[in-house]
Amino acid sequence: MSSEWPLWEVFIRGQHGLNHRHVGSLHAPDAELAIRHARDVYTRRNEGVSIWVVKSGDITASSPSEKGPLFEPSNSKVYRHPTFYDIPDEVGHM
Amino acid sequence: MYAQMVKSEATNDDPEMLAAFQARIDAGEKIEPKDWMPEGYRKTLIRQIGQHAHSEIVGQLPEGNWITRAPTLERKAILLAKVQDEAGHGLYLYCAAETLGISRDEMTEALLSGKMKYSSIFNYPTLNWADIGAVGWLVDGAAIMNQVPLQRTSFGPYSRAMIRICKEESFHQRQGYDIMMKMAQGTPEQKAMAQDALNRFWYPSLMMFGPSDKDSVHSAQSMAWKIKINTNDELRQKFVDQTVPQAEYLGLSIPDPALKWNEEKGGYDYSQPDWSEFHDVLKGNGPCNTDRMEARQQAWEDGAWFREALMAHAKKAAARRASANVAAE
Repeated sequence: MSSEWPLWEVFIRGQHGLNHRHVGSLHAPDAELAIRHARDVYTRRNEGVSIWVVKSGDITASSPSEKGPLFEPSNSKVYRHPTFYDIPDEVGHM
Repeated sequence: MYAQMVKSEATNDDPEMLAAFQARIDAGEKIEPKDWMPEGYRKTLIRQIGQHAHSEIVGQLPEGNWITRAPTLERKAILLAKVQDEAGHGLYLYCAAETLGISRDEMTEALLSGKMKYSSIFNYPTLNWADIGAVGWLVDGAAIMNQVPLQRTSFGPYSRAMIRICKEESFHQRQGYDIMMKMAQGTPEQKAMAQDALNRFWYPSLMMFGPSDKDSVHSAQSMAWKIKINTNDELRQKFVDQTVPQAEYLGLSIPDPALKWNEEKGGYDYSQPDWSEFHDVLKGNGPCNTDRMEARQQAWEDGAWFREALMAHAKKAAARRASANVAAE
């Protein structure tokens, strides 16, 4: 029997109410121990107020070779950015 | 450094793909695990990151040795925190290497069989409390010198691990210097201990950067791939220039009669360490090679039943949950 513990990805919400952010990965036999290990490995200096762990194998990722077709469509839509519009100075801050 | 004399692997990839890959690196893009990469890039990185990770783990041994004998409760808590950090740094790095397609167990087994190396510095003993000060000040100081530029390395997971490590590492050097200050300002006997520790750790610390790489083909390839950012000699010079005034402040002298400020180059001239000693230590003949490997071997064997038991428990619990779900449906 292979006893190598599965890999987990660790996400931590920092002090300031931002989103949980990916900080790294670790090995653990189950979810409960993954949280405990994450506490020791990734929050030794009070970095977080909440931890998520997810088995690495359960993550579906976009493929680098599809980067073009996947992200291209938003490239041409400059009107989605506020800087696309010229607003006269007299109008004031908008 | 923590990764010394990492040989780069030959690569037999399509020249067009190689050129495109090099262009990405030259443009400062980060390479991520699922991106195409030359086989040599992958293998060299596994070797380098693996060696770096092993160094963090083996590096716990010379300091862990003094946790129970620290002179005060505060020093003991600090040293415990530092050694725990080293374990964490090893784990960040193992994970970065694993994204390249090698497993944790494979790396551990390669270390235990002697196929993978760790830094020569950890084969020197820590004989007394002053050595713990010297290790923090000099060994961690040299490590930082190498790791700061590696934050900009081209491989994303390695770079991110380095950023985390550097954030945590400066406490390590400062606590070491703090010990040295206390000893250097203490009784004449304590000051003599601090000087003795500096005498013994100076040249092994200079060896950490590895031999001069001005003629090395491996270094040139690694630098082109941004796996290595500075030459060994550049980093060693920087380390000497930074450390000499710190020793002067302590009232200690660097054990090198040839050490002299060179106005023209804006740095110190200094003596090279004994490189035959370095190669001998790498071959396994340092004062502590056998102890270090025995300790790692024993930890691996003693932990086997525990790793297996937790895995068996996790599998059983998962099976119980699955059958409970079926029953509920």
